[in-house]
Amino acid sequence: MTQTCDWGVKMPSRIVKAVRRVGARVVDGVWRFGVASRFLFLTLVYSGTSFRRLHLIIKEIFSTGVLSLIIILVSGLFVGMVLGMQGYDTLQRYGASESLGVMVALSLVRELGPVVAALLFASRAGSAITAEIGLMKATEQLSAMEMMAVNPIARVVAPRFWAGVISMPLLAAMFSAMGVFGGYLVGVKLIGVDEGAFWSQMQNAVDFQQDIVNGVIKSFVFGVAVTAIALFEGYDAPPTAEGVSGATTRTVVTSSLAILALDFVLTAFMFRGEG
Amino acid sequence: MSSDNLVEFQNVSFAYGKRPILKGINMTVPRGKVVAIMGGSGCGKTTMLRLIGGQIKASQGQVVVDDKVVRDLDADGLYHLRRRMGMLFQFGALFTDMSVFDNVAFQMREHTDLPESVIRDLVLMKLNAVGLRGARDLMPSELSGGMARRVALARAVALDPMLIMYDEPFAGLDPISLGVIGNLIRRLNDALGATSIVVTHDVHESLAIVDYVYFVSDGVIVAHGTPEEMRASDKPFVHQFIHGEEDGPVPFHYPAATYDADLRLGGKNA
Repeated sequence: MTQTCDWGVKMPSRIVKAVRRVGARVVDGVWRFGVASRFLFLTLVYSGTSFRRLHLIIKEIFSTGVLSLIIILVSGLFVGMVLGMQGYDTLQRYGASESLGVMVALSLVRELGPVVAALLFASRAGSAITAEIGLMKATEQLSAMEMMAVNPIARVVAPRFWAGVISMPLLAAMFSAMGVFGGYLVGVKLIGVDEGAFWSQMQNAVDFQQDIVNGVIKSFVFGVAVTAIALFEGYDAPPTAEGVSGATTRTVVTSSLAILALDFVLTAFMFRGEG
Repeated sequence: MSSDNLVEFQNVSFAYGKRPILKGINMTVPRGKVVAIMGGSGCGKTTMLRLIGGQIKASQGQVVVDDKVVRDLDADGLYHLRRRMGMLFQFGALFTDMSVFDNVAFQMREHTDLPESVIRDLVLMKLNAVGLRGARDLMPSELSGGMARRVALARAVALDPMLIMYDEPFAGLDPISLGVIGNLIRRLNDALGATSIVVTHDVHESLAIVDYVYFVSDGVIVAHGTPEEMRASDKPFVHQFIHGEEDGPVPFHYPAATYDADLRLGGKNA
């Protein structure tokens, strides 16, 4: 079977259909990205209310940030302990086992802290935000709020957005601190690396501007991305059970990919061949 | 100067995409009355409430509320108008992360600068009116369907609105709650000097409490009148609806090919 495509060329209809499907998907994706950007813009525009009424943000910091603490701290500890073991194993081959502290701290502060904490944050808090907003929509709570002359973006979305943006760098910092402690436990207490060398080399090698600040910038960017994606997916979810579950899945997948892609871009800008 | 009608639909049409929902609706809701809009599920009743609240805009004609054309209002004007409307959603739509008290207090806290002690008194008065003063510390998940509906009703009238809209207030309630809600709708309307619009398909409860009925079918108004006129009506649709008959102008069967053809009994080989 052949079919005439839009330019008048005869082509097998299977190919025409496939090309059309791809095209429709791309157009759809670009469209959604546009809607999401507009949504983020509106969230920023309507943020005034949340800053005049800080308790709205604080309540959300509790449910997104504080309730994510356990998973962040425990994961940080284990990641640090693994780093201590693997790092020692590699470094002692070159007789540089005193640099274990440097290795652990730099890996955590530059990369693992922001990235792993953000991935955990996306699956722990991001999915919860999407499910909550999606269900609020499905049960007409957002509609009811609109009918009460209260803008749901100002009252529901904006406080959660800022709570996520504030929580994320703090969680990443705690992840890194816990990780350094884990590396210390394994490296110094278990394996027996010299304690003085562990800490003093770390202090000398870790630069505030280059390492700490850049790590904080990363986690801040991840916080914006994860929270915005989670909020948008919830707000955009079809008001049904499948709709909300699909949106929750998309939040975790999209924000994980966004974190890794953004990390690559940010790292390329921050650490190009220096040091 | 305000007209006698709080809400007017003037030849209003509305379509979702290409699917027409309302086709040229004319309807008036006089001040102080309780008016029911009745019709089968999915006939566009709820759409009419959303048009009044300005959540969607008519594709043709205009909706006038309190002498203002809803479509022409800007965001501020619309929000101003909505502050004087209360709406009861189908399943209450209570905010699940707030207690009963905070739900009822929500609009007072958002829209007024009243001190917390005054808000407390007002909330307790509203809750008392629906008989749930004692349930103020419960969360919505702890309420039965009928209680949730009553809390939502207290929340809808929290700011003493001029217009109260009810979207299927009777759906899924037991007979006792049904009567309670019905009486509350009438009592609150008269006590507040408000005007009420009840969208419903529950015939007996609503005919007992309303002043006037509009029947909607397939996007047009097929009949209207007082409850007595409607009960006596011999229009086929009204008769079928009020008496709950299975077949009539609203067919039992979804449009399909003939039964014989579907079962391939027509002599053709399958």
